[in-house]
Amino acid sequence: MTKHIREVASSGIENVSRRGVLKGMLTTGGLVLAVTILPTRFARADTPKWGADGMPHGTVNNPEAFISIAPDGTVTIVCHRSEMGQGVRTGMPLIVADELEADWGRVKVAQATGDEVKFGNQDTDGSRSTRHFIKPMRQCGAAARMMLEEAAAKRWGVSVSDVEAKNHEVVQKSTGKKLGYGELAADASKLAVPATDSLRLKDPAQFRYIGKEGTNIVDGFNITTGRAIYGQDVRLPGQKYAVVARPPVMGGKVASYDATETKKVPGFVQIVEIPAPSYPMAFQPSGGIAVVADNTWAAIQGRKALKIVWDDGPHATYDSQAYRAAMEATARQPGKVLRSDGDFAAAFASADKKVEAEYYIPHNAHATMEPPSATCRIVDGKAEVWTSVQSPQAAHDLVAKYLGLPPENVTVNVTLLGGGFGRKSKPDFAVEAALCSKGIGGAPVKVVWTREDDIRNDFYHTVSVERLEAGLDKDGKVVAWRHNSVAPTIFSLFAPDPKHEAPLEQGMGLVDMPFAISNISIENGEAEAHTKIGWWRSVSNVPHGFAIQSFVAELAHAAGKDQKAFLLDLIGPPRILDVPEKVKSFWDYGENPEVYPIDTGRLRNVLEFVAEKADWGRKVPPGHGLGLAVHRSFVSYVAAVIEAAVDEKGNVTVPRVDIAVDCGPTVNPDRVRSQFEGAVIMGLGVGLMNEISFKNGKVQQSNLDDYLVLRISDAPKETHVHIVPHGYDMLLGGVGEPGVPPVAPALMNAIFAASGKRIRSLPLGQQLAKA
Amino acid sequence: MLTLKVNGQTQTFDGDPSMPVLWYLRDVLGLTGTKFGCGVAACGACTIHLDGDAVRSCVTSVSDANGKSITTIEGLDPEGNHPVQKAWRAVNVPQCGYCQAGQIMQAAALLKQTPHPTDADIDGTMFGNICRCGTYQRIRAAIKQAAGA
Repeated sequence: MTKHIREVASSGIENVSRRGVLKGMLTTGGLVLAVTILPTRFARADTPKWGADGMPHGTVNNPEAFISIAPDGTVTIVCHRSEMGQGVRTGMPLIVADELEADWGRVKVAQATGDEVKFGNQDTDGSRSTRHFIKPMRQCGAAARMMLEEAAAKRWGVSVSDVEAKNHEVVQKSTGKKLGYGELAADASKLAVPATDSLRLKDPAQFRYIGKEGTNIVDGFNITTGRAIYGQDVRLPGQKYAVVARPPVMGGKVASYDATETKKVPGFVQIVEIPAPSYPMAFQPSGGIAVVADNTWAAIQGRKALKIVWDDGPHATYDSQAYRAAMEATARQPGKVLRSDGDFAAAFASADKKVEAEYYIPHNAHATMEPPSATCRIVDGKAEVWTSVQSPQAAHDLVAKYLGLPPENVTVNVTLLGGGFGRKSKPDFAVEAALCSKGIGGAPVKVVWTREDDIRNDFYHTVSVERLEAGLDKDGKVVAWRHNSVAPTIFSLFAPDPKHEAPLEQGMGLVDMPFAISNISIENGEAEAHTKIGWWRSVSNVPHGFAIQSFVAELAHAAGKDQKAFLLDLIGPPRILDVPEKVKSFWDYGENPEVYPIDTGRLRNVLEFVAEKADWGRKVPPGHGLGLAVHRSFVSYVAAVIEAAVDEKGNVTVPRVDIAVDCGPTVNPDRVRSQFEGAVIMGLGVGLMNEISFKNGKVQQSNLDDYLVLRISDAPKETHVHIVPHGYDMLLGGVGEPGVPPVAPALMNAIFAASGKRIRSLPLGQQLAKA
Repeated sequence: MLTLKVNGQTQTFDGDPSMPVLWYLRDVLGLTGTKFGCGVAACGACTIHLDGDAVRSCVTSVSDANGKSITTIEGLDPEGNHPVQKAWRAVNVPQCGYCQAGQIMQAAALLKQTPHPTDADIDGTMFGNICRCGTYQRIRAAIKQAAGA
């Protein structure tokens, strides 16, 4: 068994487990001794917890948890956040290496198991890895550097002030004598970790890697040679394979089943019943029948042969067409008022010109390239899981609960994730693997989700109708603004039948709308969830941003003004918005709104920045048009200019995209750019083709041939990412998600400029197609 | 009994001949570099070379491959230094990386047929390979870099 784990480790991803590897480090005389669990440094219980301190288990900056140094000088840095393409396995260790004065060429990266007490919070979502962990990771590297310096000073019998760590060596300043990190590791490991307030952090001017170009991703070689290990790739000796037949309607369950034919499939091993969840279901598996077999193909064949009678339950009437009509009716009625400035009704009634519009975005599926997968084995009452999850601690806790094991008897190893986008924050599939392993007596079982499973059993992006109304005075100035947002909430996973968007969703571009308008009414109509609603890259910012930024362009058109000038006018002068005072429950991405205020100066600046880079107003060929959008999310500010072309048949292409981000300073600018390149592709998919719809409670799409996503032939001919430069005195914002929201509205604004057609219902699909 | 050559090694198989090569490679031979993405030839993640041509291993049965020669990402170059692999690393193409083995196998086949592809050639050949992370711009750049190498 151990041998195989090493094989997994050497062939792609190394996992650090409390029990195994650290012990190994000890015998090599490495820096890691034993891990002392630091007391959590939460603020007092009666004060609000913000940022990283507001997350479960906060942060850990102890080098003993993150760094080990072998006698040959190889530095191993643990990444405790999940890698799903955002580059965190490069970025996080890069921060540590820089403060450590390590030579990046001699650094290896290991992956943490799910263990938040040891590593701090591991929920890799909310675009917060770098903003929450740059400081503790810098402290971690600095502490280890100081320990190495102290060890060298002791060895030479000189003052610490006479030594300096530099590029994997400690140098005596007065003599030029040197000792390599490998030679000092054993001594350093015996020293106490310096107190956090005694740490000397580097002057950012001395950064060797942070903010610099030229860092290749650490998994590049393994990925390009097929050696990288994802959840779907885990192989253990004696492993079996399972696929699960899940209820086609949320809340459904198995009424009866007949596995006679399944049992005849060569390679069939066993049927395992997955229990129906209780509701609200949170991250529980949906229940159903698992077919365990000798290989994936046999399991799939066995499942095909199952005869299952489903009891579809209360959501079997869910129908996207009817639901949309009901949401539209709701949006036209007054909703629950979330924010009220001035007197909307009076200002609207007396406005010179009135503009109204409704915007629709359907459900979307995450469709991560790697469908969900997990492997589990249970030996002597101890369960070990290998899986691609964004939330290893949640996976750990849920597996322990389902198996009835004490938490210390469950280990969750995190593989690479073949995409996440929020789907893999829900560890339901890890529980399925655990139940299958238990069901066959503990032998390892890999649960494979097929693409059909993924498309039909996702935690879907919400569906929404956004109704906007505005009144303009005779000069074309907006004097009244009403927004009624109607969308089933993610919190339907956690509470029985909530009908309103939660503060977390309201704070994503709805109540924090940044315009200088005197009379505002922001409302939220009721909507019930009839499927599992989940986080999907940038979450409610997608519908809110789409509606607001499209509507602004419609208003500019109604006022006969240039969109950029109109938008800047609407944003108003640079200032800090007082939304937290106006909206009691205001949620600012978990951050303290005083620390991360809504700064219209930065919003204006990023808009001006992209307009300049894209040469806003540039002449474009006939049939082409430019569109603009700007949106703050995940405490970053993003603006996009898109050039769209609409041909005589109504086909849309995208010759060029410029997208600018102000996310504060960056750690690895190449991975910031790649995230925005990707967000453009994902945002265009939202605009052009993504759609999940329901009929009789069931998802109508099944695979990537009918749930359409963007392909290379649909991709922009050029995408330019522009990063607003900042020094390290400024706090960091999010990067993974905030690129998505402005893309669809900028595209639709460009299509309008190109064709005169306003698309309010996503996706575009065939709406412009001419016979 | 079926006989196939996989990355230069002769293999025999007496299991279900209708099993797709994808699952044969992954579950039977343990070559997990070839990825499962859709099972219906809609995404390209499982692309391999069958007698030198790029095919989707998820819809190619083992019996279809009988007597033929398969190359997977593991066998594209013994050191992982095929020009396409090198270009992919130089351009930092991958994000999550899951689709990239299929992308690389498709791109390698493209360059064999069309050593200096245009953007239209690239889009026309690579459109069957989905990347949800959205690395398409860098894929185009890396293919051109490999073509120039």
